[in-house]
Amino acid sequence: MADNLSQPFDKSAMTEEEKRQVNKEIRKQIVVFALMIFLTIISFLAVGADIVPRSFAIPFILLLAVVQFALQLIFFMHLKDKDHGWATAFMISGIFITVPTIAALMLLIGVVKY
Amino acid sequence: MAAQKQEKSVIWDWLTTVDHKKLGIMYLIAGTLFFVKAGVMALFMRIQLMYPEMNFLSGQTFNEFITMHGTIMLFLAATPLLFAFMNYVIPLQIGARDVAFPFVNALGFWIFFAGGLLLSLSWFFGGGPDAGWTAYVPLSSRDYAGVGLDFYVLGLQVSGIGTLISAINFLVTIINMRAPGMTMMRLPLFVWTSFISSTLILFAFTPLAAGLALLMLDRIFGAQFFIPSMGGNTVLWQHIFWIFGHPEVYILVLPAFGIISEVIPAFSRKRLFGYTAMVFATMIIAFLGFMVWAHHMFTVGMGPVANSIFAIATMTIAVPTGIKIFNWLFTMWGGKITFNTAMLFASSFVPTFVLGGVTGVMLAMAPVDYLYHDTYFVVAHFHYIIVGGIVLALFAGLFYWYPKMFGHMLNETLGKLFFWIFYIGFHLTFFVQHLLGLMGMPRRVYTYLGDQGLDTFNFISTIGTFFMSAGVILLVINVIYSAFKGERVTVADPWDARTLEWAVPTPVPEYNFAQTPQVRSLDPLFYEKIHGDGTMKPAEPIQPIHMPNGSILPLIISIGLFFAGLGFIMMNMDNPIINPWIVAIGGLVITFGSMFVRSVKEDHGYYVPVEQVKADLKKGGN
Ligand code: HEM
Ligand SMILES: [Cu+2]
Repeated sequence: MADNLSQPFDKSAMTEEEKRQVNKEIRKQIVVFALMIFLTIISFLAVGADIVPRSFAIPFILLLAVVQFALQLIFFMHLKDKDHGWATAFMISGIFITVPTIAALMLLIGVVKY
Repeated sequence: MAAQKQEKSVIWDWLTTVDHKKLGIMYLIAGTLFFVKAGVMALFMRIQLMYPEMNFLSGQTFNEFITMHGTIMLFLAATPLLFAFMNYVIPLQIGARDVAFPFVNALGFWIFFAGGLLLSLSWFFGGGPDAGWTAYVPLSSRDYAGVGLDFYVLGLQVSGIGTLISAINFLVTIINMRAPGMTMMRLPLFVWTSFISSTLILFAFTPLAAGLALLMLDRIFGAQFFIPSMGGNTVLWQHIFWIFGHPEVYILVLPAFGIISEVIPAFSRKRLFGYTAMVFATMIIAFLGFMVWAHHMFTVGMGPVANSIFAIATMTIAVPTGIKIFNWLFTMWGGKITFNTAMLFASSFVPTFVLGGVTGVMLAMAPVDYLYHDTYFVVAHFHYIIVGGIVLALFAGLFYWYPKMFGHMLNETLGKLFFWIFYIGFHLTFFVQHLLGLMGMPRRVYTYLGDQGLDTFNFISTIGTFFMSAGVILLVINVIYSAFKGERVTVADPWDARTLEWAVPTPVPEYNFAQTPQVRSLDPLFYEKIHGDGTMKPAEPIQPIHMPNGSILPLIISIGLFFAGLGFIMMNMDNPIINPWIVAIGGLVITFGSMFVRSVKEDHGYYVPVEQVKADLKKGGN
C-alpha cells in the first residue's frame, strides 16, 4: 500500500462528472478573465483616446473598477461557491475592516476630490 | 521499502525539516538570539542614561540602538518567540499530525530569518537605521537617513513575508486540521488567540508591506509619496504605519493572553472561567484594534472631532480587556493554586498588564496626551504592556511547555529566583519612568542635563535593568544546568494538565498522534480523566501514517530573497562592489527558480509503517 501511493498516478483520480465540473469552471474563468481584460482596455481607451468626455471619465473608470472588483471577488475569490464559508467569512471581515479604515484615512488626510 | 525515511546527518536534518515541532524549536532559538541582542542594546542605552551627560554612547550610536532595539524586539524577538509556541503547540492542541502546509511552514521560518539577517547586516555597512522603529518621514527620507534605513525597509519587507505566510498557514491549520469532535468552541484558548492574531497579521502586515514598498520607491527610485516639497504627504506615512502598528501590538498580546489562559487553569486546577466570553472578548479586541490607530497621532493636528472619535474608540478596548482580566481572576478564585515558576509568571502578568492598561487609557485622553506625548511616560506604558505582558507570558509558556519540548524540567529553584530578580528589576526599571515622563523627560534622547530632578530616577531605572539582565543570565544558566541535571520527563503529562498536547508521549513522535484522538469536550484530556480512563479514545484504527519529506528548498528560496533585498539596498550604496541589479535579479532568479522546481518535482512523502507505530506505542503509551 505504502509503495504504490508514493508513485505518481498514471490516471486521474477524478470521476468523469468531476472532470466535467472542472472543465466548466475553467471555461467560466477564461471568459471572465477575457471580460476583465476587455474592461481594462476600455478604461485605458476612455482616458487615452478621449472617447468619453473629460468630466465623465473619472466616474466612468470608477464604475468599471467596481465591476471588475465584483467579478474578481465572485469568480476568482470563489465568493459564489458553496462550501467556502470560511473563505467568505474572511473576505467579508476583510471588507468590514478595510472600508471604514480607508474611508477614515481619506477623511483624515483630506482627500475630498477624486 | 522505497517509502522509508532515510538516515540523514543531524545538521542536514534541521536545515531541511518541515516538522512543526523542530520548526518551533528553531523559532525559539532564533527568537532568543535576537532577544538577547536587542536586550544588550537596551542595557547599553540604559547605561548611557544612568548619569546626566554621560559619554558611554555617542548620540548617533544611541539613535541606531534605539531603532534596532525596538525593531528587533517587536519583529525578530517577540513575534518569533510566540510563533515558536504556536508552531509547537497548535497542532498538538487540536489533535493534528502537522500544520496544513508543512513546506510553507519551513519557508516561513527561513524567510523570517533571512529578513532578520538582512536587517542585522546594516552594522557592517556604515551603521544601523536611526529613525526610530516607526521610521517617520522626513527623518527616514533619503535626505536625512543613510543606507541603514534601506536595511530597515528591505529587512522588514522580507521578514514580513515570512510572518505573513506562517500566519496564513496557522489559519488554514486551525480551520482544516482539527481532530474529530474538536469544534471551534472547544478550541483551547491559546489556539483561539493564535487564530485571531493570525487574522490580524493577515490584515495588518499587508498595509505594512504596502507602506514599506512606497518608502522604498521614495528612497531608492526617487518617488515622492512622502516628500512634501514634491507634492507628497508625510502624515500619510504615519497613518499607514500605525494602521499596521497598532494591530501589531495585539498580534503580540493576544497569543500572550492565550498562554496565560492555558497556564492559569492548569495550575489553579479549575476550568477557565467564562470560556465563551473569553473567545468573544478576543474577537472584539481584535476588531477594535484596527479602528484606533490614530491615537498615536493626537498631536499631529487631526482636529478635535477626529481626536475625540479615536480617543473614545481606544477607551472601549478596556471593556473586553477587563472581561478577560476578571475571568482570569475568577479562574484563580477558590482554585487549588500551585505557585511554580510558570504560575508565578502567569499570575504576575495580570497586575502588571492592568497597570499598562491603565496608563494606556490615560494616554488615550487626547487633550492630556499633548502632555504625555513623546515623554518617558509612553516608554513606561508600552514596556508595561510589552515586558510586563508579553515577555512574562513568554516565560510562563517556556516553563510550562519546556518538559514537552525538551523532555526535561527546568530547575524550579533557579526558576523562582529568576522570576523574582526579573520581576523586581522590571518594576525598578519601568515604574520610575512614569514619573520621569511626568517630569518632562523626553523620549528618544541620548542624554539629559543634571540637577533637573531626573538624576535619581534614571539611576534607579538603570539599576533595574541590571537586575533584569541578571535574571536572563540566570535563565540561561537554568537552561544549561537543566539540560544536564534537570529532572527527566518521560510521562506524557507531568503537570496533570487539561489539553491535548499532554496526551501525546514525551518525546513526541514525529507523527504526534499514533491515532487521531476523539474529542468529547472542552479540555479534552481532563474530561477523559474524570469521565473516562484518563486516555484519549482513538478516532481511527492504527494505520500507516503519511508524512511529508523534508526539503532544502525553503532555505534556498529565502537565500534568494535575501540577495534580492540586498540588491535593492545596494542601489543606495555609494560604491557597491558589484552591480546591484545583478544581485537583485540573481536573487529573484534563485527564488523563483526553486519555486518552479518545487512545483514540477513530484514528492509524495513517505509512510510510517504500522509496525513502527505499534512499536512506538509500546514504548510511550498514548
Ligand atoms: C527587557 C528590558 C528592556 C529594557 C531595559 C528596554 C529599554 C528600552 C529603552 C531604554 C528604550 C528607549 C526609550 C526612549 O528613550 O525612548 C526602549 C525603547 C523601545 N523598546 Fe524597550 N526595553 C526592554 C524590553 C523591550 C521589549 C521586550 C520590547 C518589545 C518586544 C521593547 C520594545 C521597545 C520599543 C518598540 C521601543 C521604542 C523604540 C523607538 O522609540 O523607536 N523593549 N526600550
Ligand atoms: Cu495603539
